[in-house]
Amino acid sequence: MADRLRPCSGPGKRLPDAQAMFKQLQILERLAMNQIIREIEAPLLKDNLPKLNIGDTVKVFVKIKEGGKERTQGYEGVVIKRHGSGVSSTVTVRRVFQGIGIERVFLLHSPRVEKITVQRRGDVRRSKLYYLRERTGKATRIKEKIGHKKDAPVQAAPAQQAPPTEKKDAAES
Amino acid sequence: MIGLLGKKVGMTMVFDQEGLSVPVTVIQLGKNIVTQKMTKETNGYTAVQVGGFQVKEKRLNKPEMGALKKRELPAMKPLKEFRVDDLSGYNVGEALKPEAIVVEGALVDVQGRSIGKGFQGTIKRYNAGRGPMSHGSKFHRSMGSIGAGTTPGRTFKGLHMPGDMGNETVTVRHLKVVRLDAEKGLLLVRGGTPGVDGGLLVIKPSKTKWNP
Repeated sequence: MADRLRPCSGPGKRLPDAQAMFKQLQILERLAMNQIIREIEAPLLKDNLPKLNIGDTVKVFVKIKEGGKERTQGYEGVVIKRHGSGVSSTVTVRRVFQGIGIERVFLLHSPRVEKITVQRRGDVRRSKLYYLRERTGKATRIKEKIGHKKDAPVQAAPAQQAPPTEKKDAAES
Repeated sequence: MIGLLGKKVGMTMVFDQEGLSVPVTVIQLGKNIVTQKMTKETNGYTAVQVGGFQVKEKRLNKPEMGALKKRELPAMKPLKEFRVDDLSGYNVGEALKPEAIVVEGALVDVQGRSIGKGFQGTIKRYNAGRGPMSHGSKFHRSMGSIGAGTTPGRTFKGLHMPGDMGNETVTVRHLKVVRLDAEKGLLLVRGGTPGVDGGLLVIKPSKTKWNP
């Protein structure tokens, strides 16, 4: 489309592409606009959040209101998804309770989320752990991340630990 | 009723006192300088012409520029008239006070130009139904009948047909003002507004019983 609109020029001869320049300007303007939004979000962002990775086991402390009283409730599970950016970023935490999988989405920067603590660092190779939904019991285990890759001792190779088996549970089949 | 001119910056969220998230559209308000007063004697009606944003002189045509030069005003765009009954509070060259027009917690109507969707069929444009896509059906997304035979012997006017969609003036009514930062010229309203980021918006107080 852009090629057709470009003015006719000889082979190998390129005129300054007005359309491309215009697009650049539009991008610049959009960035300037984003600056305003970033300024509005800045005071709302929490600076004490721990670094959360996919596969981590976390405990989220949420403020809940019950009959006029406010108390904090903990919710522990595995981070299976991160979503959004800035003030609207969320994590989805999955846990299996009484045989039923529960997934709760938390707005990370919400004042209702009081505190998040990381219980265990998980070592996974996907950014979305949707495959956990199809598994139960032992198959839902996640390897623990041991230090940084370069600091990790040679003999403690992650392969020594049993990786999550591919076998599906009886409940699934 | 007098209103304000602004540009849509984009959307984000803020938190209310209970800690619940509120989706907001951020609007950058323009300079909103009174550029002209339309009077009963000269124009036959009363209105205030307001200039939105300061632009380069070459962005305006000569009649517009001439009218502004006469009043020793900078080049401004867009120039929009607001019908008002009483002109006494407005002076040419003075900026409108946003805090006098919109108040936090009040409801406003926001007008803008919607995102163009191009030439669209009746399914997207008017939420018409579609035929089966498989099982031997040959009627997928096209229009059905557009009228009967002998009676009435014509196609009714205003029948929903494919055509250009979007790129039209849309007003969203009764949006709550979440925050007004007159210093920075920023207005936060709850919910979405028409058009693209950077598009022009006209903000007017709503005419409702809920407004103070």
